Amino acid sequence: MANTMARSFLQVAAAEEVAPPLRVVQIEGLVMLKIIKHCKEFSPALVTGQLLGLDVGSVLEVTNCFPFPIQEEDEEIEADGANYQLEMMRCLREVNVDNNTVGWYQSTMLGCFQTAELIETFLNYQENIRRCVCIIYDPSRSNQGALAFKALKLSDSFMDLYRSNNFTGEKLREKNLSWVDIFEEIPVKVSNSALISAFMTELEPDTPVTQCDYDRLQLSSSPFLERNMEFLIECMDDLSVEQQKFQFYYRSLTRQQAQQQSWLQKRRDENKARKAAGEEPLPEEDPSNPIFKPIPEPPRLESFLIANRIANYCNQINGVTGQSFSRLYLTKGLHEN
Amino acid sequence: MPVVSGYNSSDCPIRYFQNPSSRSLLFESRSEEKKKKIRMAASDRTVLQFGPSSAATSNVTAKVHPLVIFNICDCYVRRPDQAERVIGTLLGSVLPDGTVDIRNSYVVPHNEFSDQVALDIEYHHTMLKSHLKVNPQEVIVGWFSTGLGVTGGSALIHEFYCREVPNPVHLTVDTGFRNGEGTVKAYVSVNLSLGDRQLAAQFQEIPLDLRMIEAERVGFDILKSTSVDKLPSDLEGMEVLMERLLTLINDIYKYVDDTVEGRAVPDNSVGRILSETVASLPKLSPPAFDKLVNDSLQDQLLLLYLSSITRTQLSLAEKLNTAAQMP
Repeated sequence: MANTMARSFLQVAAAEEVAPPLRVVQIEGLVMLKIIKHCKEFSPALVTGQLLGLDVGSVLEVTNCFPFPIQEEDEEIEADGANYQLEMMRCLREVNVDNNTVGWYQSTMLGCFQTAELIETFLNYQENIRRCVCIIYDPSRSNQGALAFKALKLSDSFMDLYRSNNFTGEKLREKNLSWVDIFEEIPVKVSNSALISAFMTELEPDTPVTQCDYDRLQLSSSPFLERNMEFLIECMDDLSVEQQKFQFYYRSLTRQQAQQQSWLQKRRDENKARKAAGEEPLPEEDPSNPIFKPIPEPPRLESFLIANRIANYCNQINGVTGQSFSRLYLTKGLHEN
Repeated sequence: MPVVSGYNSSDCPIRYFQNPSSRSLLFESRSEEKKKKIRMAASDRTVLQFGPSSAATSNVTAKVHPLVIFNICDCYVRRPDQAERVIGTLLGSVLPDGTVDIRNSYVVPHNEFSDQVALDIEYHHTMLKSHLKVNPQEVIVGWFSTGLGVTGGSALIHEFYCREVPNPVHLTVDTGFRNGEGTVKAYVSVNLSLGDRQLAAQFQEIPLDLRMIEAERVGFDILKSTSVDKLPSDLEGMEVLMERLLTLINDIYKYVDDTVEGRAVPDNSVGRILSETVASLPKLSPPAFDKLVNDSLQDQLLLLYLSSITRTQLSLAEKLNTAAQMP
C-alpha cells in the first residue's frame, strides 16, 4: 500500500514537472485599481511595481501588488530599493497576502514599452521565477474610456535565442523567428471576491451613464493621434538608421567576399606555378590576412523592437480612428435627427 | 490617556493600550444623546464642552477612492483565523476645501480582548514609511475598521490615531452586511469634557462621498462580477455605449411624447433641463456641419491609410531582411 502511494506521489511529481503553458492571467479588481492609481498619479512619469500572486496550472493569478518608489540612478538608493522591496514583502506576508512574486507592472506612454530594458528585466525575473508576466498599463489611453491593460511575456523561442546570444540573422532564419514573435500577449481575466462584488453592486450609482461613457464620447481624438503619428515618424527614422547599418554591413560583406575570391584565385594560380616548379603548395587560407577577418553582424534586436513599436502605433491609430468613425457617424446621425 | 504597558511577550513587539476602568464611552446613538442631556441637566453649573476640535470637524466631509473599499474587503477576506474584524490605516490628503480625500489604505495586525486592544505599532510605522517612500503626498488621515458602527475598542484605537494625526477620520465598512446592505460610514471624534475632566469621546458621523469616478472609469461591469473572462475591447465598449445612449434617447422621446399628450404629469424642472441640453448643441448650418464631419472623416481615413501602408512596409521589410542571405 505504502509502496503504491509512494509511486503515485512520484508520478504526481513527474507529472508536475511538465508545466502546462500559461494561458490566462487572472487579475483581481484590487490589483487593477492599485495599478491604475499608481500609474495615473505619476503620469507622465513611468512607474513600476511588483505583482504578487499564485501560479495555478495554466492560470497565473495576480492577487496583490505594491508600487516601487521612483528610481534614481544611484547605487545607494538602489540598495534602498531592494530593502524596500523586502520590507514590503515581509509586511504583506504578515497580513496573509500571497507572497510569491509573479512579475511586475509598468506604465507606458502610448504603448512604447518594447525596449531592450524590458527584455533585460524579463530575463532577470525569469531567472528567479519560472513563470512571470509583465502587465502594461497605459494611462493616456484610459482617458478615452479604454481599459488599456496588457499582459505580456517573452516567447520561449526568443528567450532561448537571446539567452544563448545567438541573435544573428542565420539563427533567426533557422528558427523562423520574426519581430512578431518576441512578445506574447496573454489574455487577461478579471476576478473579484464575492464580498467586493456585493459591495460594488451596492455602491453602483443608479445613473445610466458613467464617467467611462463620457470619456468614450469625447470627440477630440486628434491630440492623441497627433502624438501617435509623431512617435511613429520617430520610429520610422530609427528604423531607417538600423536599415542603413544593415545595408552597410551587407555591402562590406560583399566587398570582402570579392576580395577573398580574388585572393584565393591568386593563391591558386601561384600554387599551380609552384606545382609546375615542383615546390610545396602554399596553404589556401591565411588567417593573418585582414580580408579573412569576419565582419561583425550588427545587432538585430533593436530593429526588431522598433518594428514592434511601429506595429503597436499602427494598431493604436487604427483602433482610435475606428472609434472616431463611429463617433462621427453617431454625431451625424444625431444632428440629422 | 491610555497607558502603554510595554511588550506582552519577549519576541512579539505588540503593545497594549489599557482602558482605565473609570472611562466611559459615548457613541452616536439616540439613547446616549439622551444620557448626555440628563447629565447636563443634573449639573447645571458646569458647562459640558465639546473639545476644541468640534468647530473644525462640524463641516468635514470625506471622499473615498474605490481602491480603499477593495483593499479593506481583501484584508477582511484574508484576515487571520478567529479575528472578528480588521483595522488599518487610511492614507490620503486633506483637500483645500476641507474634504478628507481617502486614497489608500493598509491593514495593521491587531488583537482585541474585552477591554483592551493590542496594535502592532511597529508594523504600522514600517508600512507608513514604505508608503511615504512611494508617494510622499499621501499621509495618514485616519483609520478604518470593518463592522457596523463604533464599538468600545474603537475609542482606544482612535485615540492612538489622534496622536498620529489631528482629527483622524474613522471609516467603518460593514463587511458582514448586518442590516442587509454594505454600509460604509465615516466618523470623526469629538472630545467631551466636563470642566477640565475628559469625559468621553463622541463619534459623529460625517458625510461620505461614495461616487467613485475612478471605479466608473474602469467600469462597474468589470468590478461588479466575480469573474470577467475578457477585458472589453475598444469597439465593444463603443457598442455598449451606443446602445445605452439609444435607450436614453428613447426614454426621453417617450417622456416628452407622454407629457405632450397629457399622459404624464409635466415637470417644469425636467423640461428646463431638457431644453437646456438641446440648446447646448451648437447650431450649425447643415452644409457647415457636413463639411466638418467630412473633413474629420477625411483626416481619419488618411491616418488609417498611412498606418496600413506602414504596416505593409514593415512586413515587406521583414521578409527582405530575413530572406537576404549572403552566400
